[in-house]
Amino acid sequence: MAFLEVCGYRKKFGENEVLKGISFSLEKGEVLAIIGSSGGGKTTLLRCLNFLEIPDEGELRLGGETLFDAAEKLRLSDTRIREKRLHFGLVFQQFNLFPQYTVFRNITLAQTLLAKQELARKKREFAAARKGAPKERRKELKAEQKKILAEIRDTQKERIAQKTDELLARVGLSEKRNAYPYELSGGQQQRVAIARALALSPDILCFDEPTSALDPELTGEVLKVIKGLKSSDSTMIVVTHEMEFAKNVADHVIFIADGRIEEEGTPEEVFGNPKSEKTQAFLRKSLEEPF
Amino acid sequence: MFWGVLEQLALGFLVTLELFAITLVLALPIGLLIAFCMMSKFRPLRWVFKVIVWVVRGTPLMLQLFIVCYGPALFGLTAMRDSFLAACIAFVINYACYFAVIYKGGIESISKGQYEAGQVLGMTRTQIFSRIVLLQVIRRILAPMSNEVITLVKDTSLANTLGGIVEIIAAAKAVTGTYALPLIYPLLGAGVFFLLFIGALTLLFGFLEKKLSYFKV
Repeated sequence: MAFLEVCGYRKKFGENEVLKGISFSLEKGEVLAIIGSSGGGKTTLLRCLNFLEIPDEGELRLGGETLFDAAEKLRLSDTRIREKRLHFGLVFQQFNLFPQYTVFRNITLAQTLLAKQELARKKREFAAARKGAPKERRKELKAEQKKILAEIRDTQKERIAQKTDELLARVGLSEKRNAYPYELSGGQQQRVAIARALALSPDILCFDEPTSALDPELTGEVLKVIKGLKSSDSTMIVVTHEMEFAKNVADHVIFIADGRIEEEGTPEEVFGNPKSEKTQAFLRKSLEEPF
Repeated sequence: MFWGVLEQLALGFLVTLELFAITLVLALPIGLLIAFCMMSKFRPLRWVFKVIVWVVRGTPLMLQLFIVCYGPALFGLTAMRDSFLAACIAFVINYACYFAVIYKGGIESISKGQYEAGQVLGMTRTQIFSRIVLLQVIRRILAPMSNEVITLVKDTSLANTLGGIVEIIAAAKAVTGTYALPLIYPLLGAGVFFLLFIGALTLLFGFLEKKLSYFKV
């Protein structure tokens, strides 16, 4: 059974059906490139995977477990959706860094908030434990618990800072740790956004046209970072217009047209020997020199 | 005589400041709540508050002062005895509605991408608003807010139409009787009070703007 299985995803906006039954699977450690012309549903598919949109139909299984099933008519609560989202990371076309925070804080913010929630949970547990304890023990217990909580807080903080510095090194921006987003080039901002998405260690990292908003001379540095992430335990889905990148980095390529998967296979199959006419036309157009 | 007049004016200005401070402290948070209601997904709530804001912005503040003060008569009750309280209520409602419109504009001007970035990072809606959106909104609305706050300082003098509220303009009028002074002198004095206080507010807003200009939105 594949690591990620998407079955029959459909999504309608009003009368406009954007996804018309998308199914694919992906193994752990694989890189999937999704190509296709604008308006074909690529971005909507990524947004559905990240639960920014909820599909009307379809099912998603991750690591053998059903993560989402549209047939369950229950309305998903905010908390449930949030838990599901944490399995996926998303890097946006427009970076969407938080302008008021430094690079470091952009990366740590979500982790810090999660750590705080964890700490609050622990605190509640402790309070309950105190209630169950005999009266004369309570004061002593409280002091002990306070010490434990302080320790947890310190380790959390240290762990987050250490991880963030590692990530910054990985995207080559260690010296920009305390810079604000507006002080960075587009390529650097996107690299921070990648580090920010990686910070929560998602099972699957998605990229929505990560270089489309960048000047041509800056796309290289971002693609290089993405390529560098490829390893046995990082599974990635990249929506891209960079055909060379898809050819060289992806293990698997899907061509989407008009809400359907028109063609899929290895890069050799899709680029070297496309079967569908639509794919052939699309590739001819994207690969030909415009001038 | 000069010091006597000044003292009376200063006492009047204290009343002005009191009304100003109470209105600001209450209308700022209430305005935010109204803004949320106006943007609610629940249509009836949205409409109720849109109508309220329309009525409040669509009628003169002076009329609203009278309505709050004498409105109880509509229900067979006597007019509000505490005219300062009535003025506070009218000012808070009026300014909360104006603030709400400014908040709403500020919140809607933040790009959807900021919310979505927070969402995919597993943040709750409250966290997204308080940690990501709020500061950006404050930065954006600082200039229109400073306009509104400065207007509020001057609008407080409308309260003296209710009687029994001796804010600075009323104090200036009263002082002419005490000292047999042409009205223009204490009024000019009142103007100086306004100018100085609004000058201080302008400096404060300039400082805040500078403080928040460390990032760009």
